[in-house]
Amino acid sequence: MSQLNRLARGGRIDRSRKLSFTFNGKRYQGHAGDTLASALLANGIDIVNRSFKYSRPRGIVAAGAEEPNAVVQLGKTEAGQVPNVRATQQALFDGLEARSTNGWPNVQRDLMSVIGKLGGQFMPPGFYYKTFMAPASLWMTYEKYIRKSAGLGRSPMENDPDIYDHLHQHCDVLVVGAGPAGLAAALTAARSGARVLLCDEQEEMGGSLLDTRELLDDKPADQWVAEVLQELDDLDNVTLLPRTTANGYHDHHFVTLHERRTEHLADTAPLKGGRRQVRSRMHRVRAGRVVLATGAHERPLVYGNNDVPGNLLAGAVSTYVRRYGVVPGRKLVLSTSNDHAYRAALDWLESGREVVAIADARANPDGELVEQARALGIRIIAGAAVIEAKGESRVSGARVAKVDLDGFRVAGAAETLDCDTIASSGGYSPVIHLASHTGGRPTWRDDILGFVPTLVKGVSAAGGAQGVYATGEVLADGGDAGVRAAQEAGFEAAGVTLPQVEARRDGAACALYQVPHEKPTLRGPKQFVDLQNDVTAAGIEVATREGFESIEHVKRYTAMGFGTDQGKLGNINGMAIAARLLGRSIPEVGTTVFRPNYTPVTFGAIVGRHCRELFDSERYTAMHQWHVEHGAEFEDVGQWKRPWYFPRKVNGKTETMHESVARECRAVREAVGILDASTLGKIDIQGPDAREFLGRVYTNKWAKLAPGRVRYGLMCKDDGMVFDDGTTSCLGENHFLMTTTTGGAAGVLEWLELWHQTEWPELDVYFTSVTDHWATMTVTGPEARKLMSEITDIDLDKEAFKFMDWREGSVAGVPARVFRISFTGELAYEINVQANYALHVWETLFAHGDKYGLTPYGTETMHVLRAEKGFIIAGQDTDGSVTPEDLGMHWAVGYDKPFSWIGQRALTRPDTARTDRKQLVGLKPRDAKVVLEEGAQIVFDPKHAIPMPMVGHVTSSYYSPTLDSGFALAVVKGGQQKMGETVYLPMADGQVHEAEIVSPIFLDPKGERQNV
Amino acid sequence: MFYIHCPYCGELREEEEFHPKGQAHIARPADPAACSDEEWGDYLFFRDNPRGIHHELWVHAVGCRKFFNITRHTVTYEILETYKMGEQPRFTAEHPEGRPSQDGVEQASLREGVRA
Amino acid sequence: MSNVATFDTRTEAKIPVESPLAYSYRRSGAPAPTGKSRVVLRERPFLGHLILRGGAIVLDEAVREVLGVSLPGEPQGLVQDADGERSIQWLSPDEWLVIVPGGEEFELENRLRAALGDAHFAISNASGGQTLVELEGEAARELLMKSVIYDVHPSHFPVGKGVTTVFAKTTVILRRPAEDRWELVVRRSFADYTYRWLLDAGEEYGIGVER
Repeated sequence: MSQLNRLARGGRIDRSRKLSFTFNGKRYQGHAGDTLASALLANGIDIVNRSFKYSRPRGIVAAGAEEPNAVVQLGKTEAGQVPNVRATQQALFDGLEARSTNGWPNVQRDLMSVIGKLGGQFMPPGFYYKTFMAPASLWMTYEKYIRKSAGLGRSPMENDPDIYDHLHQHCDVLVVGAGPAGLAAALTAARSGARVLLCDEQEEMGGSLLDTRELLDDKPADQWVAEVLQELDDLDNVTLLPRTTANGYHDHHFVTLHERRTEHLADTAPLKGGRRQVRSRMHRVRAGRVVLATGAHERPLVYGNNDVPGNLLAGAVSTYVRRYGVVPGRKLVLSTSNDHAYRAALDWLESGREVVAIADARANPDGELVEQARALGIRIIAGAAVIEAKGESRVSGARVAKVDLDGFRVAGAAETLDCDTIASSGGYSPVIHLASHTGGRPTWRDDILGFVPTLVKGVSAAGGAQGVYATGEVLADGGDAGVRAAQEAGFEAAGVTLPQVEARRDGAACALYQVPHEKPTLRGPKQFVDLQNDVTAAGIEVATREGFESIEHVKRYTAMGFGTDQGKLGNINGMAIAARLLGRSIPEVGTTVFRPNYTPVTFGAIVGRHCRELFDSERYTAMHQWHVEHGAEFEDVGQWKRPWYFPRKVNGKTETMHESVARECRAVREAVGILDASTLGKIDIQGPDAREFLGRVYTNKWAKLAPGRVRYGLMCKDDGMVFDDGTTSCLGENHFLMTTTTGGAAGVLEWLELWHQTEWPELDVYFTSVTDHWATMTVTGPEARKLMSEITDIDLDKEAFKFMDWREGSVAGVPARVFRISFTGELAYEINVQANYALHVWETLFAHGDKYGLTPYGTETMHVLRAEKGFIIAGQDTDGSVTPEDLGMHWAVGYDKPFSWIGQRALTRPDTARTDRKQLVGLKPRDAKVVLEEGAQIVFDPKHAIPMPMVGHVTSSYYSPTLDSGFALAVVKGGQQKMGETVYLPMADGQVHEAEIVSPIFLDPKGERQNV
Repeated sequence: MFYIHCPYCGELREEEEFHPKGQAHIARPADPAACSDEEWGDYLFFRDNPRGIHHELWVHAVGCRKFFNITRHTVTYEILETYKMGEQPRFTAEHPEGRPSQDGVEQASLREGVRA
Repeated sequence: MSNVATFDTRTEAKIPVESPLAYSYRRSGAPAPTGKSRVVLRERPFLGHLILRGGAIVLDEAVREVLGVSLPGEPQGLVQDADGERSIQWLSPDEWLVIVPGGEEFELENRLRAALGDAHFAISNASGGQTLVELEGEAARELLMKSVIYDVHPSHFPVGKGVTTVFAKTTVILRRPAEDRWELVVRRSFADYTYRWLLDAGEEYGIGVER
């Protein structure tokens, strides 16, 4: 396949290295150094996509991140699919496979173009909503086809084989963009010794210097680029990141950079030294100072059919010719409002192709470049512009006419020029996206006809990013910004000698956005403003006519600047058009807000290494391996993996959860079970005021708890609502060990510190987490004492070691603290040993426990057993709106404590004192076989018209093998006074369950079993 | 993602290490029982939501575990200062450019290390 | 301080012990270091870890007397004794981490308590709750950059510094006791996650595990 648009020489490509690739299934060839876009143009590919809404054929318009049309789907394999890649930003590699993202069935022959061709008036802004809104039930059907025809790339259906990661970077000066301003800034900052990070989104650093016609110190500009990059690369304090886009500028100079490390090499990351390498990487940069040297984007002119393939930005033409050795057509017409764009005509002519004419909207163009063009014999039509492109799948001509800019009208007869390429330039827009992310509203400058960024402290813009365009001035501006940034970061920086660039005399540009046409905008050929979202000048006119006057509303109504485009090409033109229609100035209309990300970021880079097995942190107890080996199913509790239940294999069949839990419950009630309770939070509390402190943060009394004793405690917030509970043991007069719920551990410790540090610093007490130091195993059931007696030297006599006592001794040869507390209602010993010994102790218990039927149980059984006893779980039976009294736990409230403990005052507020608050009760389903749904709503009268007054909900519900019945805990309005009454639970499927309100204590109300 | 100077660690640290704990300088009434329901309700539930300078309580949760205050601008998100418990802010709505530093009298009369 | 229950959780008896990484070695393996390993991971299990709480002035004298080193009073300070076997690290204005050879911690606690007398302080044993993981090698710093949010550049993290910070989706205490060596103090329950993370992130540097 021939590269018919490839020049024989010139450009930065390596003609000796041929690379083959496919586009939409066809094979082509390009060279090393090409982007996919330059290779497509070299091969004369005009149509790269179908447009989003009207399905019009589209070609490549730009050469960089602002490209709106050439958005392609990459990937050879299903797993390697990457959507929404700009062909202008994708380096060519051998074997690259790309497809158009839009166009169904294909880009050449597209179904939707029929609808599109029916004419613009059929598809005004809001077309889909207006057209397919009725009947609503059919939207789902319409949507499927609309989405398919619109397309926007697709995600892979198989797992991505590549790896991604994050790197946390810190630097004194971050320079974004390595064009002339960025390189000068980085160089000056780097020489001061500051830590400098320089990133650039392109394959090569150098920016405009890679395709400029200008000389630096009388040498080609790329020589200086190479010298500077070499110096920077040699410095230890500099990190260079090519192929790295600064996508988001967040608070306090936190900038996210997306580095594409292997995207230029292959479809999936090749091995390096036999090892996998990271495909793309997110750099999370915390910078001291930031220099935005992001340059400027050229604005296209908005004229009729300006979307037909063959319409390009003037600067893009120069870039393709000078950097890639590609001239994307034969006969050029240039339409411009400024001098700079003349480069395109000069470059075109130098590559041996014909420049038909330059339509310059200014009456008397007279800059140096204009003179050059004139001297070369190029026809210049002053005071004129291309008003309409001819052709469908490729430009075939340009209609040029004199235009009256002030009157917004065509001022003379149009002349049709024969050409296949129209380059246009309406001036330049500083790339202000990143500055905009920081919240600064940009400022319009009439002298440069563009918005410049409003900058927060610590960030500066340099060069094109703030409207400085002449190369010599850009270098100086960058150098100054680098010096300032380094100085502000605390380094002694001085200016460096930058190369001399011959100053060029440029004529003033004129303001031209939408080009007038003979016909009114609504009836003339489509004039595209936002090519990616198919927003036309007519669409903006409709929007303003329909009353959308705020630019933010116009944006949302028309979709201008949406999606991956983020208004790079179209926004200023759109605002200018809206401003003209509304009779306001551009600054009065203002600009919309740019948001991260600047260009799309692959999910892989966002996720980094936080996926698959490393998706979240997992916490294991010291007995975790034993649980795994014994077939435990696990439940997530906070970050902990806790055994949920231990299914056994019976006759080759694995028990269901229901069967396992029933067996585990019976073992605890009838023999002995063991639970890994290591996950409970444990806080070591020391200090002479420890006891006083406990009295203030717990609802109950602590003044008289003696060493050797344990007490249950309830914690409230100052609004009187329960938020955690647990037992606290008195280890010494000034020494306590507090336990918290598994999920509440960190929060409770922070809570204690909050009160100590901010309210009661005079109390002498320290809190230290010892959760991980101790492993905890609960041995519980009628046989627990016998089992324990085999492996401990602690006197287990029921008088010597009572319920709610703790003792110290040896268990299985290991120093242990044993607590006689019970969450099952059975005789129970909680053994605490240093975690490194835990597995030994656990296994020793099993070595001795077989004869007693020792059974491991998990959290599900624990829940059933505690619920049978009416023991609450904070966070399950409470939800931040439940007081101790609502729980019926008056016994745990010390109303007469001297200090007004946290929560006390709130308990007498009118709302907390109400008698019809939702109160904790037990529910006994009338049908014992029913296990009520947790969360089910409760009503008093099931015959009440909908909406029924809901009076509470089920908080915990299980089947109890001991009671042989379903049972539940619930909160019910005024429930404590409604014992024996019937409530109803209407379910989504129409069933209504009936249940009796009973005491929440279903088993052993006197607590005799735990006291044996 | 804020970059927060922890006054106890003496250096700037990433926001991920911190937890915000609401408005600063909300002292618990010394005698809750003496509060009317309305006063107690105010203490519990009512907070300022200014456009501009705001004082916030934060904790260096993954770090030194100390609570401290931040003066932050709610529009620009700029953190104007951080200060230890018991200290008073230099930047306030009344003094957005910072109070003269000889304001020490007020500081000394405060109880060491409390949030008031 | 009196009225505090001290308790030696370690025994001299021959009891099988398991370090926090014991399960991880069995589950994820431990690639042996090779000549190409640019970073090496090494656990130093079963050390004595004590958390010391109190005022700096009060504690300094006792620490000097008992441990023979001065208390790092400045934030992020890490001090080691002459042979590097014992260290004390600033965690907060009233909190320090002491790490000593395994078995010394209980005696050390008792001696500190004796030296501190009636002062207000607290000592908690955390030996079972955390382990020390060393990273050594030219790629150690870059591996840390992938893992922790804190700036580990030598200009910002010199030898003798230590911080508590975020590590992936957990937290660690990160210290730099020597030019070429970093230490992570890892909580026991998070040790497996931390280990798996380091193996994964260290793959491109040919990470090896010394046992």
